[in-house]
Amino acid sequence: MERALTLTKTTIGKKALMALSGVAMLGFVIGHLSGNLKVFAGAEDFNEYAVWLRTMPGLLWGTRIVLLGALAAHMASAFSLWSRNKSARKSRYTKKKDLATDYAAKTMYWSGPILFFYIVFHLVHLTFGGMIFGESAVFGIEGYEWDHSNPYNNMVLGFQHWAVVVPYVLGVVALGVHLFHGIWSAFQTVGLNHTKYNFLRRDLSIALAVFITAGFLSIPVAVLAGWIEPTTQTFFYPELEPS
Amino acid sequence: MKTKNLTLNVWRQRSKSDSGRFEKYVAKDVNEHMSFLEMLDVVNEELLEKGEEPIAFDHDCREGICGMCGLVINGYAHGPQERTTACQLHMRKVFELGWDELWIEPWRATSFPVIKDLAVDRSAFDRIMQAGGYISIRTGSPPDANEMPIGKHVADMAMDAAECIGCGACVAACPNASASLFTSAKVSHLGLLPQGQAEREDRVRKMVGQMDAEGFGSCTNHGECEKACPKGISIDWIARMNREFLKAMVTADNEVEERD
Repeated sequence: MERALTLTKTTIGKKALMALSGVAMLGFVIGHLSGNLKVFAGAEDFNEYAVWLRTMPGLLWGTRIVLLGALAAHMASAFSLWSRNKSARKSRYTKKKDLATDYAAKTMYWSGPILFFYIVFHLVHLTFGGMIFGESAVFGIEGYEWDHSNPYNNMVLGFQHWAVVVPYVLGVVALGVHLFHGIWSAFQTVGLNHTKYNFLRRDLSIALAVFITAGFLSIPVAVLAGWIEPTTQTFFYPELEPS
Repeated sequence: MKTKNLTLNVWRQRSKSDSGRFEKYVAKDVNEHMSFLEMLDVVNEELLEKGEEPIAFDHDCREGICGMCGLVINGYAHGPQERTTACQLHMRKVFELGWDELWIEPWRATSFPVIKDLAVDRSAFDRIMQAGGYISIRTGSPPDANEMPIGKHVADMAMDAAECIGCGACVAACPNASASLFTSAKVSHLGLLPQGQAEREDRVRKMVGQMDAEGFGSCTNHGECEKACPKGISIDWIARMNREFLKAMVTADNEVEERD
């Protein structure tokens, strides 16, 4: 039977879906980073920002739905293309020289899954943390009690322990490496190229990857160096109770 | 004039269904001015004299323009010299690099099955061309020269894309055995010119549809193809093909059929 060629079944269509969902998630990451950097402004600012995120109509669930959809699309296209590419060369070369590719490009199938597992860990820790750990210590870390009304302390106290810092650093570095190739690759995939601006595509990927990695890493560094300390102030925000 | 003895590990495979293996040969007194294929010719002469089966490899023009030859030499598609086909690679380059032992493999891709030894079946490329790599015109008496105005930069770009000789080194070098560089060059070469406008939207969809149907991998933007290409076809063409394809899929008034 003759069927019309459908975009999502083609390799380029799947790549475009991967690029667009990647850009959506990149947008979130940039917003998430700029929000998290409020930790440097102090506990009050940070916690009020958390309340604002919760009380903006539609923001929380709108973001969640878009991100879940983007993640599902990104992973489904990646898996489908990965299995296709694997079967496109069944007999391997004995000798093969890489002439152009780089570490980031070659490890996309590693940095991606690492990021996925980190995201799961991150959600268990900070999104479902209150529900999972209740009144007991988070990840069994002594003195690390959950406080719904004080996201600032939930974050800062966590970064005093290797069990939180190590996966975080791994996740953030994987993100940086993934973005280094991913951002440039997205331009190429959707056909955004022009000889006048092509050099900017590489520069932009490097700048964004470095900025995002350094930005996220600055928080545990500041906590471990003692520049940011847990607050002794008490807060009461019923808006931050798990809903 | 320098001569040298070389150890060759050559991929030998009786047929498509044979699993294949490396065989060791010694190429004696290799002259530095021989082309790589001439070196293999001499090895084959010796094999014939001994009553053994000569090594099968593809070749035709031997001047780097037909796209028939193709060997992966020590991990480099078409050998270590940039913008050079295997037939135009000379042994002096191999001597220069100090290589005494060579590993010679065929293009490895599921869509390029081995016919014998180093010769692979590239008819998948022909089928991609048949799907849309043409223009429909009325033939008749020749048109006047310069009857159809074409901008200089457009003509130059179309020529750059048309440089592709269809050798398949891009597929061979790609970690995913993707045919994106070849297909993009062919899509763009005709898509740029006024004569190619009538079928422009159909061409890109049909050729990409055929490329997928042949089982080639997808592009993951490593850039290996561009480096391996003996004609220096740029991966900018892949971005152009992606743009043309996405635009045609979203905006074209008609549909084209899916190939399988």
